[in-house]
Amino acid sequence: MLRTPRRTPLFERHVAAGAKMVDFAGWEMPVQYGGPPAVRQEHIAVREACGIFDVSHMGEIETSGPQALELLQRLLSNDVAKVPLAGKGGGAQYSVLCREDGGVLDDLFTYRLDVDRYLTVTNAANHARDLEWFRAHAEAFPEAQVTDRIEDWAMLAVQGPLALEMVQAISDSPLPARMTAEPRRLGGDEVLVCGTGYTGEEGVELLCPPDRAEALWDAIVRRGAVPAGLGARDTLRLEVCFHLYGNDLSVDRGPIEAGLGWCCKEETGFIGSQAVAAARAGRSVSGGPAERLVAFAIDGPGIARQGNRVIGGGEVTSGTLSPCLQTGIGLAYVPVEHAATGTRLQIDVRGKMRPAVVKDKPLYRKGS
Amino acid sequence: MAQASYPDDLLYHPEHDWARIDAGDAEQATMGITWYAQDALGEVVFFDPPPVGTMLTKDASYAEVESVKAVSDVIAPLSGEIVEVNDALVENPAMINEDPYGEGWLVKVRLSDPSESEALLDAATYKAGLGG
Repeated sequence: MLRTPRRTPLFERHVAAGAKMVDFAGWEMPVQYGGPPAVRQEHIAVREACGIFDVSHMGEIETSGPQALELLQRLLSNDVAKVPLAGKGGGAQYSVLCREDGGVLDDLFTYRLDVDRYLTVTNAANHARDLEWFRAHAEAFPEAQVTDRIEDWAMLAVQGPLALEMVQAISDSPLPARMTAEPRRLGGDEVLVCGTGYTGEEGVELLCPPDRAEALWDAIVRRGAVPAGLGARDTLRLEVCFHLYGNDLSVDRGPIEAGLGWCCKEETGFIGSQAVAAARAGRSVSGGPAERLVAFAIDGPGIARQGNRVIGGGEVTSGTLSPCLQTGIGLAYVPVEHAATGTRLQIDVRGKMRPAVVKDKPLYRKGS
Repeated sequence: MAQASYPDDLLYHPEHDWARIDAGDAEQATMGITWYAQDALGEVVFFDPPPVGTMLTKDASYAEVESVKAVSDVIAPLSGEIVEVNDALVENPAMINEDPYGEGWLVKVRLSDPSESEALLDAATYKAGLGG
């Protein structure tokens, strides 16, 4: 079925800045601003100064009420009870949403807004399915309300070594600490400032009402932040080995295989916790051989891509040329016995065998 | 090259490739990708040239160019045998973006059927096909 992609409140800003727009998960999003070297230039701007991303395509689900925590403990893999209240807001926590069989439905950040209010940010492509999943399971928790907030929030990410300084300059009070989220007045508008990001750099993610997004964008761009598109967002996250749902995460594999065991607290009894516990003990979601998601670098020329086969078992789920490392990098699921750092792999890149080496995560570290 | 450009002295293939028939030798041509192709692809970060001696078939892929975002097949505008490849692109593939019709050429080809060029497009027709 054909449908017109949705536009974020910043669509006009992107077009005016010369963005190339693409359909991404049903949204018309900027992939890069301007001609060919743009992805690399935007990437470097984020590593060395500050970039600003429109991520308003991401969805939001609010869970509230006396049983909000109980419901989220059932849904999310992490221990939501550990998310503190702080100042006028609270902590931020990463988790995955699993099916009973441990397959990953989404990976999510949840922000505590108040005693009994939490905001969970979803991936654009998964929002409708997540919302349905939340609502279906909320029926067993009459004192918990699940509300779709996708229409109520625009979202900007301001990332890079100068990001905090630039956002601080328009804020009425000190910015919340990393991994917390609190409301602040930025340029006069109330914004939820979250100490999180997807680039491996310092920075914040900002949730604001859609009709205030342009003013907020303009204020930060005026301070020198470089508009950056989905192209740079992908190369930045891959250098620091953050997962991309649809590439590195899917319902066919579980969080243990994905290297996300650290955000799974089986003792909370979340949906899928038994499968996750079994995977920790060595059994995979698919019932096939146990795999692990590894980071690799190509040894020599060539760029492996999503779907390329790893000889001896496994497949590449993300691959690109790293702008900072100047070599082909990526993430791949490989059999556990090939997952140790230093293991040499052969990747079938459209018929050409490319040697690669399993590397420690992250692939890129500041100053390396 | 920031501005779109489609020189009049080239022949164009609708899959966004160009051929320049040598001025002194109607059986030899230089080939590359168009401004439109490099702009759509983004910064070229990898070009793996096929070896000299490779036979090209008109309308078939003979090489790949890669940007950070994607891999793209390069389609042969004409048939023939590769007699020279642009080795400088291995070290500096972004030349394909900077100078797609000059320093960014990909291969030189000894044509097996020079009359195939009659099926290619002139600059105005190719440009019209891009929809403005």
